[in-house]
Amino acid sequence: MYNTRVRGILIKGNKTYSDVSRDVLRPLDAPTPIWWWVTAGLAIIAMAWGSWGFYNTISTGIGAWGLNNNVAWGYAIINFVWWIGIGHAGTAFSIFLLILRQKWRTSINRAAEAMTIFAVMAAGLFPLLHMGRIWDGFFIFPYWNTRGPLWDNFNSPLFWDVVAISTYFMASALFWYMGMIPDFATIRESTASKIKKKIYGAMSFGWIGNAKSWLRFETAALLLGGMAAPLVVSVHSIVSMDFSVSVVPGWHTTIFPPYFVIGAIFSGFGMVLTLMIILRKLYSFKDYVTDGHLDAITRILTFISLIMATAYMTELFTAWYSGSEYELFTFMKNRVTGDYTFAYWTMITCNAIIPQLFWFKAIRKNIAIVFIMSIFINIGMWFERYVIVVTSLSKDFLPATWATYSPTMTEVAAFVGTIGLFVLGVLAFFRWLPTIAISEVKGVLKETTTLKSFTDEN
Amino acid sequence: MEKIYWQSLEKHTEQQISVLNNNKPLPEFSIEGLDESEIKGKSSRRDFLKMLGFSVSAVALVSSCQMPVRKAIPMLNQPEELIPGIANFYASTFFDGTDYCSILVKTRESRPIKIEGNDLSPLTKGGTSARVQASVLNLYDDARLKKPTRQREETNWSTIDEEVIKQLNALNATGKKVVLLTSTIISPSTKGLIGEFTTTFPNVEWIMYDPVSMFAMRKANEMQFGKAVIPDYHFDKAQIIVGFNADYLGNWLMPVAFTKQYSANRKLAGGKKTMSRSYQFESNLSLTGSNADLRYGIKPSDEGLILLNLYNEIARNTGATIYPTADSPIDIMPVAADLLKNKGASLVVSGTNDLNIQLIVNAINNLLANYGTTIDLNRPMYLKQGNDEKMARLVKDMNAGDISGILIHNVNPVYDYFNAKDFISGLYKTSFKVSFADTMDETAALCDLVCPNHNYLESWGDALPVEGYLSIMQPTIQPIFTTRQFEDSLLIWLGQNIDFSTFMEKFWATKMNDNHIEGGNFTQFWNQTKHDGVYQYPVENETQPSFVDQKLTSGSNKKGAGLELVLYEKMSIGTGKYTNNPWLLEMPDPITTSTWDNYLCISPNFAKENNLKLEDVVSINGFFEIPVLVQPGQPDGTAALAVGFGRTSAGKAGTNVGQNAYPLMNSQNNLAGMTGTVIQIEKISGKTYPLALTQTHHDMEGRPIARETTLPEYLKNPFAGNEQHVFDEEHNVSLYSKIQYDGLHWGMSIDLNSCTGCSNCVIACQSENNVPVIGKEQVKNRRIMHWMRIDRYYARSEENPEVYHIPVMCQHCDNAPCENVCPVAATNHSTEGLNQMAYNRCIGTRYCMNNCPYKVRRFNWFEFTNNNKFDFNMNSELGRMVLNPDVIVRQRGVVEKCSLCVQRIQEKKLVAKMEDRELRDGEIRTACQQSCPADAIQFGNLLNKESAVYKQVKEDRMYHLLEQLHTLPSTSYLTRVRNTEA
Repeated sequence: MYNTRVRGILIKGNKTYSDVSRDVLRPLDAPTPIWWWVTAGLAIIAMAWGSWGFYNTISTGIGAWGLNNNVAWGYAIINFVWWIGIGHAGTAFSIFLLILRQKWRTSINRAAEAMTIFAVMAAGLFPLLHMGRIWDGFFIFPYWNTRGPLWDNFNSPLFWDVVAISTYFMASALFWYMGMIPDFATIRESTASKIKKKIYGAMSFGWIGNAKSWLRFETAALLLGGMAAPLVVSVHSIVSMDFSVSVVPGWHTTIFPPYFVIGAIFSGFGMVLTLMIILRKLYSFKDYVTDGHLDAITRILTFISLIMATAYMTELFTAWYSGSEYELFTFMKNRVTGDYTFAYWTMITCNAIIPQLFWFKAIRKNIAIVFIMSIFINIGMWFERYVIVVTSLSKDFLPATWATYSPTMTEVAAFVGTIGLFVLGVLAFFRWLPTIAISEVKGVLKETTTLKSFTDEN
Repeated sequence: MEKIYWQSLEKHTEQQISVLNNNKPLPEFSIEGLDESEIKGKSSRRDFLKMLGFSVSAVALVSSCQMPVRKAIPMLNQPEELIPGIANFYASTFFDGTDYCSILVKTRESRPIKIEGNDLSPLTKGGTSARVQASVLNLYDDARLKKPTRQREETNWSTIDEEVIKQLNALNATGKKVVLLTSTIISPSTKGLIGEFTTTFPNVEWIMYDPVSMFAMRKANEMQFGKAVIPDYHFDKAQIIVGFNADYLGNWLMPVAFTKQYSANRKLAGGKKTMSRSYQFESNLSLTGSNADLRYGIKPSDEGLILLNLYNEIARNTGATIYPTADSPIDIMPVAADLLKNKGASLVVSGTNDLNIQLIVNAINNLLANYGTTIDLNRPMYLKQGNDEKMARLVKDMNAGDISGILIHNVNPVYDYFNAKDFISGLYKTSFKVSFADTMDETAALCDLVCPNHNYLESWGDALPVEGYLSIMQPTIQPIFTTRQFEDSLLIWLGQNIDFSTFMEKFWATKMNDNHIEGGNFTQFWNQTKHDGVYQYPVENETQPSFVDQKLTSGSNKKGAGLELVLYEKMSIGTGKYTNNPWLLEMPDPITTSTWDNYLCISPNFAKENNLKLEDVVSINGFFEIPVLVQPGQPDGTAALAVGFGRTSAGKAGTNVGQNAYPLMNSQNNLAGMTGTVIQIEKISGKTYPLALTQTHHDMEGRPIARETTLPEYLKNPFAGNEQHVFDEEHNVSLYSKIQYDGLHWGMSIDLNSCTGCSNCVIACQSENNVPVIGKEQVKNRRIMHWMRIDRYYARSEENPEVYHIPVMCQHCDNAPCENVCPVAATNHSTEGLNQMAYNRCIGTRYCMNNCPYKVRRFNWFEFTNNNKFDFNMNSELGRMVLNPDVIVRQRGVVEKCSLCVQRIQEKKLVAKMEDRELRDGEIRTACQQSCPADAIQFGNLLNKESAVYKQVKEDRMYHLLEQLHTLPSTSYLTRVRNTEA
């Protein structure tokens, strides 16, 4: 294939099919390593603290948070948007790259999809938690009821959110799970433990790997991918409409949907980078997740970072060009200068400036620096959401109402708790599920590795 | 098998595992190993039914948990006028020793729940003040005494009566002196009763005491006019009003009546082209000063000087005696010129309790021929009868051991007398001490017997605030506790076998026959007066008493080193009588927007020089520590501090809130002076004290929010100051058609030229709509629940800012940003233009709060009812009795906001429907509108071209707040017009 030659080696080390299965499945059979227990312990402690945060919020009320009459959204919404953004990586990787026939995605997409699932789960907790009356939260679903029937307000972006996020979660989960079915069958066949055999057997839905199954599997994957691709765009566009549909200065802007989607992909790729560097280190997957993979991600990040910088500048320009004194105040006096300069400039530095270092090959090749920078990206993206949510609300139209916001311990706990949940989910994924899509890697093995190594040898 | 070399045992094990793995054949996929059950699937129909049965019974079990049963017992014999669900209104009178107001008491199922203004009153004309509004909560105060106490132990009335009668007779027999110390009493019948009491017990002397006194004014009038009275004032007849530390719109004498008069003369509706001009010279930024057209910050020590210069200037023009004085620090020429131009239609008042100053003020008014026009000495005002000299003598006598008994009614000198220490030591030397306090206040705590008085809503009474204006007080509820009215106690101790209502009726029967009632039927007169609450009788229109010249001096002009202190009464708690009223404690100060505390207001320059900022703590004379608040408009060299705080025995809400400022009163010549004490302040470095402000940004940022113009500009162009509205009207275009209303479209209009920011509406709304109190910490967190707030902005200089008050509540936008973002349609638009909240539907996403540009939506951050963390009125059975049954008490987690009093709209719509007629304009009045003392708020049907609100909306001064957002509010504002030259 033409693109094979262009891309170069995707899987290194002259792997055979059984090498692939063995390498990927090795951690599943090996005894649980100590680092796993330590990290899992930390994650559980974080979750315990987070549970306290959740309990405190639900038992005493939203008053346990630092919100006020003016800034009615805070950490919960910031974290929600942040997690949803991270949750973009899986779909972006698998589906976009699948549709674009980028073969190099195969060794990363599984982990990226897993990340999506856990990130969306973490994200989904916040809209639930931030409801004043969580016990009446089911009102948000449009179901036939005895109240008239009283329907939802289909004009409300929050309702769109519910639809978009649940659809996205279901599609992503389905896609992820479906991709794992052949791998589950592989585990079922290779494992010696009877219990594992039963569990993975059930999870593989009796996959037998005949040609008919494969044909259907491929078709289903492509169809699901095709259907899920618009979701990548829609879910964060809709999340962005929570803001852009409003009248709040700094929110009310048409740039938000693309800006949010790009930002989400940015943070998602950043998080993929973070996780893949950890994964290849821990499980010695350097042959599968090659330096070339990391290099490709950093190049993408550089590009996205430029788009982000453009978006930030466009926002400033629009604020000025609109001639609206409220917009101008929010951007110039409450972000660029003013009370929230730290958050604003952290955002700019982390998202628009630091990734520009990836222009240098030396930096791209230094995995330690890449790792640190990947974390900066997600810090920057967190601050972006902070800047959007808090600065706009804190000083809006009537100066008499202006108020500042700072989170309470309860909010921080809830945030840390979701990080714990995410980490624990990822750990469980590392421990019990095939972290690399065995069947897909095998699919690209011949086209790339063997052929390439063959040519290399010549 | 391959030979394996190994270096360590661990390596060996690892290698063995890998060898094993390597050797294991790896079948890719196989159907083998799957057993039949897996292929077929195991769950049967039976299993499904089992699961279903379990789920249904579990759900049924959980959902059948019952709500606790609360019993409501219907009346056995229902009184004819009492219909459950229908409110009854009774006319009554509010008088607490300081403030007077004619009121209507709204009762539901025989309990008072709301105070409304009485439109029939010629004085207060339907207005009330925040304190009057909140007074209904005092009825349901847990701190009230349930029974009489003897040595702080509960006892019964017969024991008390026995002991008191024995003691009184014994003291009377031996001729030992007994003092009856009361607040100002304006009730003619109570005065009559006390007269009988002192006749029966000639050893009893009656002394009236006011913590904030105006004794100097009475004395000055006695010296210059031969009448020791406070005259009646007519602010509506004055074209030029000059105030010197007289907060006549806030706390001075009869602020409600004065606000009515003041605003009446400043309305510009219907093409009126004139309005009064107000000058205010003051040493702190008062409500009056914030509304004045021209305000001057002065030091208290300069007040006499400025006044005397003003006098001299006027005297020079009228040919009267000129008194030598130093130059005025402020140019008074324009004031003098304005006053001279408006002779007979001007008014100079001073609130300073200083004889020299009051003499000059009288002399100026005399030169300006204001007596008989804006000042009426023939209609004495009976408020503030406290006699500082007698009080000082009493303290001396008590300490000398000359007083054997003291009966204390409605005053709390242990707390609020400037020389409380001596009063307390005197009290200890007095053997027989009786208090009539309704709570165990500081003074009652030191008395032997406490005979708790009724709350005024449980009492009979009458009031004569100004000669000729009779006002009746009637009970609106059965006494809640075993309390007894003060007057009834006196009657029993006198041995008279009648209750006070009978006594009062008899009293008026004798008195009124002399005054020739029209028709001459007393019973009819009495019933009508009780029904109306007020009765006006003519006062013979004699000429004003002649003026006797007195020598005028500018006073001591004390200028020590340090800051000159000004004490002031807060709009909320006043003298400290309401310090346990959580509504008032949480009412933002109209100027500082602070709640729950008092603080030292210092000038911006002083703050800069001494490196002080908001919440820094200073010590005053090493006497107590207090936080500072940098107050724009506070004159340099002065500091202001509110009295009424620092109660040590007020009740659960008010005890130990703030610091007691009364000991810092200026006690020169034994007059209780609010100004003139010189204090030393010292910064306590590193110490701060949180202050709960409801507004922290004071600049409008150049936005067209509170719009204003000047009178000359307005006369030239009625759109002056409102150009933005004209622009927006032209440029606000929409693709969407406006909502068309059929028949009714409710709207509200607020005249910023009338609104003084007094905050009566804030409390009226709180009382009407069951708005919870959330406590200082939550207010500090910027979560105040008030549906109506008064935004306050400063403009121009820090030294003497222009102040803007703008009441903001839900604007009921036709194009409401909040409505389209609610995911569950909990907030929606009614067919009558109301932006409604369905609390039961709200799930609390708070999206509407974010999207409301006016930020008027409030969230129930916590459960504010029945929650020990919010131990205010809604946490007690008694306190919850004040709740309006027509308005739901909101649960935690729901958003609430102004409903334009939808319950009142519905009520009147039903009345109109029952009577088969159309709604009349003005029939429905919202809580904020009903009792507004400035008549700043209009409410009605915008589609009715005859309605008051329609006429106001058609004014050229009309604008909508943030109208450029095209939210199409149903609420509108009228620009403020300042009567200044430029």
